[in-house]
Amino acid sequence: MTGQVSTSCESGAGGWSKPRRAALTGRGAVAAATGLATLALSGCITVKAPDKPIVIELNVNIRQEVIYRLAKDAGNTVEQNKDIF
Amino acid sequence: MIKDKVIDMIRTSKPLLAGIAMAIGVAGLAAPAMAQRDPAYAKARSSGEVGEKMDGYLGVVGSSTPALTAIVNDINIKRRALYTQKAQAANATIEEYAFAAGCQAILATSPGEKYQAPDGSWKTRTSAAPERDPRCPA
Repeated sequence: MTGQVSTSCESGAGGWSKPRRAALTGRGAVAAATGLATLALSGCITVKAPDKPIVIELNVNIRQEVIYRLAKDAGNTVEQNKDIF
Repeated sequence: MIKDKVIDMIRTSKPLLAGIAMAIGVAGLAAPAMAQRDPAYAKARSSGEVGEKMDGYLGVVGSSTPALTAIVNDINIKRRALYTQKAQAANATIEEYAFAAGCQAILATSPGEKYQAPDGSWKTRTSAAPERDPRCPA
């Protein structure tokens, strides 16, 4: 999956032609066009969504905390059940 | 109370009877903690045919045989039953408790035994500390 590109540039800025072309051929073409028509800002803002989905790994932090809490109990379990450990 | 009875027996009854009573008492107390590994399991462990996985369960190292699979399954069923019980008491999930036990079980391996490193590969335990998941407590 490719990231969605949305670019807004000042119309007179020749140096910014490359990103604008990328925007107009991409899925963000409508957004870019709207930006050009309504904004008269000097500069260029490019927003690009990442190619991979954003994953917040809460799981790792929660588990580390839980495992820390369980460490002593689990250690005793291993120690007291030598037949299966 | 039992202790009093044993002491009473030592004092009053014949020494042989007291000896038997004490032997039973000691055996009864020591049995759960002193249970030993099944010889087949002990052999598979020391020879590196089975190893401790990160998830708290036993795994077959290398090529599997029906005998090894049987040993591993037997141990893992017992471990899971124990984890289930302990996890409930500790207000944790079975997976969390098993993982915590795995950290300890890997730490408790003897040199020559196999354990699973964080990258998933099997390592042979040396006298040095084992390579463990960063989530394992020191």
